Amino acid sequence: MNLMEHLPALIIAIPLITAFLTPLVDRASKKARNVLVFISLLITFILVVLLVQRVFDKGIITYVMGASNPTETIPKQAAVPIRIVLEIDGLSAFMLLISIFISFIGLIYSFAHIKEGGGRFYTLFLLMVVGMIGMELTGDLFNLFVFLEILSISSAALIAFEFKRATTIEAGIKYIIISSISALFVLFAVGLFYGEYDLLNMAAIANEIGGALSHIDKIALILLFSAFAMKAGTAPMHMWMPDAYGEAPGAISMVLIATTQASLYALLRVCFTIYNEALHVVFPIALILLGLASIFIGVTMALLQDDIKRLIAYAAVAEVGYIVLAIGAGLYGFLGGGDKFASLEMWKVALKGGIFHIFNDVLDIGLLFLVAGGIIYVTKERSLNKLGGLAHSMKYSSILFLIGLAAVAGLPPMNGFASKIIIYESIYGVSPILSIVAILASIVMLAIFVKIFHAIFTGPKLAEHGEVPKYMLASMIVLAGLIIFFGLFPDIVLKNLVNPAVNALMEYGKYISAVMG
Amino acid sequence: MIESVEIYWNPLVWLIAFIVIAIVAYIIRAFGKKEHKKGEQAKPFLSGVEEPSKEAVHVRGGNVYWGFVEALKGYYGAMKKMHSGRVNDYVAWFVVIASILFVVLFALEAIL
Repeated sequence: MNLMEHLPALIIAIPLITAFLTPLVDRASKKARNVLVFISLLITFILVVLLVQRVFDKGIITYVMGASNPTETIPKQAAVPIRIVLEIDGLSAFMLLISIFISFIGLIYSFAHIKEGGGRFYTLFLLMVVGMIGMELTGDLFNLFVFLEILSISSAALIAFEFKRATTIEAGIKYIIISSISALFVLFAVGLFYGEYDLLNMAAIANEIGGALSHIDKIALILLFSAFAMKAGTAPMHMWMPDAYGEAPGAISMVLIATTQASLYALLRVCFTIYNEALHVVFPIALILLGLASIFIGVTMALLQDDIKRLIAYAAVAEVGYIVLAIGAGLYGFLGGGDKFASLEMWKVALKGGIFHIFNDVLDIGLLFLVAGGIIYVTKERSLNKLGGLAHSMKYSSILFLIGLAAVAGLPPMNGFASKIIIYESIYGVSPILSIVAILASIVMLAIFVKIFHAIFTGPKLAEHGEVPKYMLASMIVLAGLIIFFGLFPDIVLKNLVNPAVNALMEYGKYISAVMG
Repeated sequence: MIESVEIYWNPLVWLIAFIVIAIVAYIIRAFGKKEHKKGEQAKPFLSGVEEPSKEAVHVRGGNVYWGFVEALKGYYGAMKKMHSGRVNDYVAWFVVIASILFVVLFALEAIL
């Protein structure tokens, strides 16, 4: 048996099995539990890297679950794919790498943070990882729904994990209600497809849809589009995000960014792969408007916040706005909208900017959440009105926070600037107003971050505190290092990860033919 | 370095420029008066009134941009109403967006 052939299945199976072993090992020894979870996620990380390498070397990889030959997407006695097919192209590879890396950093951080209930915490954590990477691996719509559910349930439990405050429980309940409703929309759309085509495989459905949409296809599209747009946190459907991000433990807030991006990935799959050129131009315009609303509402509402994590959560809404705006502009050009924009192929650049910003967003906002989590851990305080002067005692945290702030505000030479400049310049082709709003919002974002840095770190020493524990600091330093490194050398990510992801979006025919032959 | 159709960005050039500017700024600073004394000369003059302690006059986070928020009171009032914290409202926005998409898509098709 060639293990390399079974990489997609192993990437799901290893954390899934470990999730159920964790509570058992936890009863024997806390240290053994931590070692088990760490090794499990490390192995998964290595397998993801191997899989990504294979995708870049060999092209799209398909894996059929339960078949005697894992590459036989359509059984000999059938005309269409009937089993669960995992399908990994450049975009899936890009998302997988982000998800597993952020989960790994989140795990290391949690070793210092989680003192009680570790058995439950790590079980839920691994299930969240399974849900997230499962969504990015699957080529099957029904399985996408199943992984979305695994992700939602485990995330809701993790958001409410530190139930010391009533608002924490409230945030968890709100998240599960919102997630259940969006999951029902997705399930309804899957049912519509199954009723219409007898198919669940995304490539097979895309093949059937072809160039013309039936009314059922349109209804399914609206259901999927609105459900994933909400799960991705676009305004005005963003309101669950400050609740969830604000109340979750620090590491979970960071991993939640990657989970919302998994929903964004699903939205991309729906638009570019399943519907592709049959998509109505209303949808890219809707994405552009949702993106603008997210940027505007995100930055202006961040200014009002007193809670450190809610403020960062609103900044995260604005960052999602940048991604959605760029992807909307890219999709608009992909469908032939905007003559000059399409002829100059600036839409491809907009797509690159949007995809690159997915990578940068998770690092930048992730770092801010980790530092904020560390501050709350050390001071037991989350109100900006009560914090102050922490730079005297938390020197490393203050420098790391400053790096994160500069990156999110899009200051050069941080990675946030590298992707934002691509977005500003490329979306100008659709309308200069889009670029103006995007740039102005970045300036307001910087102003907000002046407030937050002043409120937390500057001024006289108000109380005696120590630095955050070393596991927390290590995970923050890794993220800050990457922010600076990819800010100075953005072409490494652009050439090796972003370009293959964008090509995968544009060459949807290859995704379909990898399954359909 | 980013190079595409119309975009060029080289962070290393920016970094070199930043370092050069920082050195120039440091040289200009070195021309400053050497007789400046820390402490007494840095104290603010408050017409003879004793300076309050730094802890007592520290501007807290909530006070920053008070004027900006006050000037946009109308906008922020509407935003606060929108962000009610009620999950019913969250779901309502979701339904509203889905409904708008339904109406726009099918209405456009009927018109065209």
